[in-house]
Amino acid sequence: MQKSGNQPRPIPAPLEQPIIASDRVPANVGGEQLTETQLWQLLDEVKDPEVPVVSVVELGIVRSIQWLDNQLQVAVTPTYSGCPATELIEQQIAAALMQAGIRDPQVTRVLNPAWTTDWISDSGREKLRAYGIAPPQGSASKMTLLGHAEQISCPHCGSSHTEQVSEFGSTACKALYRCIDCLEPFDYFKCI
Amino acid sequence: MTQQPSQDQALQEYLLRLADSALILGQRLCELCGKAPAVEEEMALMNVALDLVGQARNWYDYAAELEGGQRDADALAYRRDAHEFRNLLLVEQPNGDYAVTMARQFFYDAWHYFTLQALVNAPDERVAGIAAKALKEVTYHLRRSSEWMKRLGDGTEESHQRMEVAVESLWRFTGEMLTADAVEQHLATAGLAPDAEQLAADWQGLVNSVLTEATLSLPPADAWMQQGGKTGRHTEHLGFILAEMQFLQRAYPDAKIW
Repeated sequence: MQKSGNQPRPIPAPLEQPIIASDRVPANVGGEQLTETQLWQLLDEVKDPEVPVVSVVELGIVRSIQWLDNQLQVAVTPTYSGCPATELIEQQIAAALMQAGIRDPQVTRVLNPAWTTDWISDSGREKLRAYGIAPPQGSASKMTLLGHAEQISCPHCGSSHTEQVSEFGSTACKALYRCIDCLEPFDYFKCI
Repeated sequence: MTQQPSQDQALQEYLLRLADSALILGQRLCELCGKAPAVEEEMALMNVALDLVGQARNWYDYAAELEGGQRDADALAYRRDAHEFRNLLLVEQPNGDYAVTMARQFFYDAWHYFTLQALVNAPDERVAGIAAKALKEVTYHLRRSSEWMKRLGDGTEESHQRMEVAVESLWRFTGEMLTADAVEQHLATAGLAPDAEQLAADWQGLVNSVLTEATLSLPPADAWMQQGGKTGRHTEHLGFILAEMQFLQRAYPDAKIW
């Protein structure tokens, strides 16, 4: 019987000739004809490496896409200063654009204005919940940041009878909670 | 005769101070990886460390640009010697017991929070942007370390006693955070560094209120204070931190594949 899932990946045969980007991706094949909406849809396929159910667009970290002197410029903002996924996300965005035939897209990092969980889209929030991560609740007001009681609902059973286990979870953007009713621990996407 | 530094030089110097303090404290916290008292604490400490290292990199990037691009952030972090580091003496102090770890964190977080709050309004877009990003993270750090001061200070007899000792032993390193030298005074007039008096008043106010709530004694206001970190005169601990932190980069300079 064939096992699904944990199959080791076949090791690709060594290449006879080195592949360079231009061999694989013909320059500007259709890439420049993409409309802005199509570009946003394209980046909506790039998932967050830490939470692979939401896209970088849904997380709100892609701030702008624009053509400047025949070069596509994408501005990306990190969620946290030390987010270890920042570089990987930037590479994946560039790779997705190149695969769509856009030559030499430029991905720049912008810090200002600072990312806020308010920028996570509604679909992103719903996907987080379905994935077992409680989405940020309310808006990132100072009141929330200063720790005034937050009512976090369990993403598994919906109960609001939950307690904080730790202010920090498996990544900087999350806190650790536990549901008192269904007893499941869960991550809460912190509101910043 | 001392020459007045240009504003860019002063800013570069100040950015190194901000970056070095964040980096060294981040490195100190990482020493607790695998050794924290509880798994939740370990995650929290590593997350705080990660934030600090990320912030340090943002400041180093800008400092490197102001310097003219001869060195990058990695070179600033990994190729300078102890006397070139500009971090606060407080952050290089050893982790000690958890009371020391958290008291050090609290004193630093309180200073960091009010410093960033001032820098958010800096007339320099880069400084303001990095500060705004960092402030969100540091608000969490401060909230958490304040809670630990109260929990340990107002906890058991032993935790109270240990926290008293921690506060007393670290207190002498808090003075230099709140006194501005020529570089900081120069920048403060341009809005690129906090006003020292305001910073000291805010810091003291918060520390007093948290220590009081934590039932801890307030150290005397006129206590003797150790200076030197901002000008590169460090305690004996920094060299050991750098030896560990910089080993790889020094042994294999510019290595790209490990």
